[in-house]
Amino acid sequence: MHLDHQDTFPERHTYSAADPVRADGRRRALRIGLGGPVGTGKTATVAALCRALRDELSIAVVTNDIYTREDAEFLLREAVLPAERIAAVETGACPHTAIRDDISANLEAVEDLEAAFSAEGVGPLDLVLVESGGDNLTATFSKGLVDAQIFVIDVAGGDDIPRKGGPGVTTADLLVINKTDLAPYVGVDLEGMARDARAQRGELPVAFTALKAENGVKPVADWVRHQLAHWTADAA
Amino acid sequence: MSRAALLVLADGRFPAGGHAHSGGAEPAVAAGHIKDAVTLERFCRGRLHTAGLVAAGLAAAAAAGHDPLLLDDAADARTPVPALRTTARKLGRQMMRAARATWPGPDLDALAAARPRGAHQPVVLGVAARSAGLEPLDAAYAVAYENISGPATAAVRLLSLDPFDATAVLARLAADLDRVAQQGADAAARVALEGTDALPAASAPLLDITAEAHAAWPVRLFAS
Repeated sequence: MHLDHQDTFPERHTYSAADPVRADGRRRALRIGLGGPVGTGKTATVAALCRALRDELSIAVVTNDIYTREDAEFLLREAVLPAERIAAVETGACPHTAIRDDISANLEAVEDLEAAFSAEGVGPLDLVLVESGGDNLTATFSKGLVDAQIFVIDVAGGDDIPRKGGPGVTTADLLVINKTDLAPYVGVDLEGMARDARAQRGELPVAFTALKAENGVKPVADWVRHQLAHWTADAA
Repeated sequence: MSRAALLVLADGRFPAGGHAHSGGAEPAVAAGHIKDAVTLERFCRGRLHTAGLVAAGLAAAAAAGHDPLLLDDAADARTPVPALRTTARKLGRQMMRAARATWPGPDLDALAAARPRGAHQPVVLGVAARSAGLEPLDAAYAVAYENISGPATAAVRLLSLDPFDATAVLARLAADLDRVAQQGADAAARVALEGTDALPAASAPLLDITAEAHAAWPVRLFAS
């Protein structure tokens, strides 16, 4: 396994999101962002994560679409979570602005979900996944919004993406390279991609996934469990 | 006071949620009312002298220290359609978060506590301006400018309009902006004696109607 960022959960500076502790003294839900180019499997990863983790964790999802509610509706159709656990943020054609430069709408969506579940007595949320709409290689989440971020690319987008780098590929806490099942059909050298990713990312982890396969999301789900254990232990 | 605070407040990059809103430009583009720089200018001029003027009065009155809860009621009375009330409160809540982080103060805290789901955005902006040490006229300028810069930016994205043309539209409206900001500040100065009825109540029925329709679109680029 690979090492994590030394400073995985830096202090938040955004007003009212600054306090990682709830009123009852417990830590608020861990917030994980998922970003990456269009069509790489971000929403599919979110759906698979929800299926893999929903029996052990209380999860909610915030989507950031280019068009209004496509991703939220996909998650609803797939019935990975009940509707009250999914919120859609509208981004005015600029998902990267809503996850990085002006995070106010996303913070409100996250906080409203947290408040709803704390108030209803269902028990507080453990994990909030914030999904960005498909964007470009420079799209990253603000540290004021999420505690850790996953960047999702795929082998069909070309095996040169890890080499090209960019803030998403180089700095994300986890790089997911999805659709490995397609590698033979698109002439992609997975070992080369792994080598390039290591050159760009040093010791930061990389997960190769084929979400269509049985339990294909396991490497990502395991990473999330590890982050959450870290997050909960930090509170103690 | 620092006049430069006005630049921070009026900056389009001020992180208060405005980027996701078109100020009615998206339905106007779809209806063919905005199709180039000339029609964008007409749209912005109409919006500035109606919704912009109302917002300028509210913001100036809030910046002058008048009761923001009364002003919030006055804003409701001047915003007949639910879609625009919802948008104004949503943006007000986002403005509140940004303002409390940038210019913290007891007035902002009190309003946030009284309206946790958000007060109308121009009212919050006015209280923020006061917290930043700005004058009522400054608040009127900031809110009136945002009233047209939002649609102009949205039109660039929606129509692939030449960004230089869109910016030139804003520059050509500068004299109108001066007038509207001054009218808003003048009206706000009368609130102490006459109450909130002194504030402008210009309406733009087509903006109201299209905002309500736009809120029900299944696919759209902008939240409003």
